[in-house]
Amino acid sequence: MTRTIRRWGPPVLLLTPSIILIAVFVYGLIGINFQTSLTDSHTAPQATGQAPTAFVGLENYFALLGDDAFQHSLKNLVLYTVVFLVGTMVLGFVWAWLLDKPIKGEGIFRSVYLFPMAVSFVASGVVWRWLLNSNEGENASGLNRLFQIIGLDFLQNPWWNNVTWGIAAIALPAIWQLSGYVMALFLAGFRGIPEELREAGRVDGASEWKLYRHVLFPQLSPVALSALVIVGHMSLKAFDLIMSISKPANYQTKVPAIDMYLYKSSFDYANSAAVGSILLIIVAAVIIPYLVHNARAERR
Amino acid sequence: MTTTSAPAPPIPPLHAGEGGAGPLPSARTRPTGGFTVGRTLRYAALLFFLLIVLVPVYVLFVTSFKGAGDASPTRAWALPTTWTTDNWVAAWDALAPALWRTLQMVIPASIIAAVLGSMNGFVLSRWSFRGANIVFTVILFGMFIPYQAVMIPLLQLMLGLNIPTGVPSLILVHVIYGIPITTLIFRNYYQSIPHELIEAARVDGAGMLRTYFSVILPVSAPGFVVVLIWQFTSAWNDFLFAVFFSSSQNGPVTLALNNLANGALLQNYGVSMAGALFASLPTLVVYILLGKYFIGGLMSGSVKG
Repeated sequence: MTRTIRRWGPPVLLLTPSIILIAVFVYGLIGINFQTSLTDSHTAPQATGQAPTAFVGLENYFALLGDDAFQHSLKNLVLYTVVFLVGTMVLGFVWAWLLDKPIKGEGIFRSVYLFPMAVSFVASGVVWRWLLNSNEGENASGLNRLFQIIGLDFLQNPWWNNVTWGIAAIALPAIWQLSGYVMALFLAGFRGIPEELREAGRVDGASEWKLYRHVLFPQLSPVALSALVIVGHMSLKAFDLIMSISKPANYQTKVPAIDMYLYKSSFDYANSAAVGSILLIIVAAVIIPYLVHNARAERR
Repeated sequence: MTTTSAPAPPIPPLHAGEGGAGPLPSARTRPTGGFTVGRTLRYAALLFFLLIVLVPVYVLFVTSFKGAGDASPTRAWALPTTWTTDNWVAAWDALAPALWRTLQMVIPASIIAAVLGSMNGFVLSRWSFRGANIVFTVILFGMFIPYQAVMIPLLQLMLGLNIPTGVPSLILVHVIYGIPITTLIFRNYYQSIPHELIEAARVDGAGMLRTYFSVILPVSAPGFVVVLIWQFTSAWNDFLFAVFFSSSQNGPVTLALNNLANGALLQNYGVSMAGALFASLPTLVVYILLGKYFIGGLMSGSVKG
């Protein structure tokens, strides 16, 4: 008995506060949230618990998924994610590739490419709202005005005010903020490849391109996977940028995270919780296999 | 970076590995002189991207010094006709109380989460028991969940516990949801500490707590720097929790900035942009002064928010 306590007491003591907090505030609340999403709590009195709420099963989910407006949110989410992922992966990779070989001023380029990461989405939203101003022609400002000045008028467009593609415009500032992060991941990946591998390739008479194509790029696939998962799961939670560039009520830029906020604001807690659960399911489908894969890789 | 057996990913963000929380490595060889077409093209491309990345900075900076009439669309990209600091004064007046509240929230939130992360990281990396990996993965999942999936019950819980909105409830949420990332970073950091150090303590008869307090904590400073920077930055920049757990009277700077930029009937871009610069200064200063630790945090798979 004493031996058990001595062996297990201290680690349990150190871990307990965190485990309790995570158990309650992550797993417990996920459970309660799911429970709320199965009720008919759609109004303020119900939300504050004054009226009894009825269990309605998956009704809210079916209603949401059958709703045109929510389908639009899901479509926006997919579009945003695709543009954001492709943008950050391509830019981040190209930057890392350009910086891989020794070059003067590497530190400066790296720092500038990475700094937007330190800024909040809300602060960058202030300037991007102006850059992505939808006015064209006479009243053009922001990027539309810049296109005018440099003679690329045909590039002018309504940005986020386009109903179908508008959400892609919101992905631009997100790409601006996170490409540097992907660059840092890839750059560390390049630098992590043992020099002997490159040497071996060169001795075998491989050209620079072949060296990259057949030796270096394949080594980067675990990095690419990590970057994809990390950036991808961020895009599924997109909220701040849309709130600060567009408005929550704007149909053209809404995504599930915004819907969740709007439902909460009108005390429709059941639908709000349901949207939260849907987001969780989407994220979990990506993250859980990844975490399991990581835990396994580590044990090896 | 990684000195463990080869096939492990080079910078596995969620992996422990030596130098997991270290700075980004530099190129192995020094740049050599001489012009080649390839190098010139490379510089041209790098400079081009540099300019693109800096465009929003130019706009923020220039517009924040423009007078009211100067911000017309036709002169959008021009320098101010006369430079004025009026916008900066107005933005400071509007944001100062929120900046102060943010500071009051961010400091305790960072310190408490860092201490908890340090304890977890130590146990999970150095006192491994069966199932330690599972416990770690279960904690780590908390980093990836969309907070929307806990927000409604969290609101009700805070209400039920009578925790005031604003600074107190924001401290609580940032501590709790900071635990996964601080645990991850410390676990990676402690795995890079030589085994012998802990073995020696064990041989000397020190128990786990003794080992933690007298061997591990004294060498934890670099880990704490990375974790504190990371917590500081993500809590400072948070907007989601700010929207749900505070109001314009008691909210942090991100909320105040958003109200400033979206609230006014007559858009004053100059004031909003000066405000955006104010709100970004603390994290930018941290990034500039402690850049390599900031990157260390990123490399550890920091994805909060």
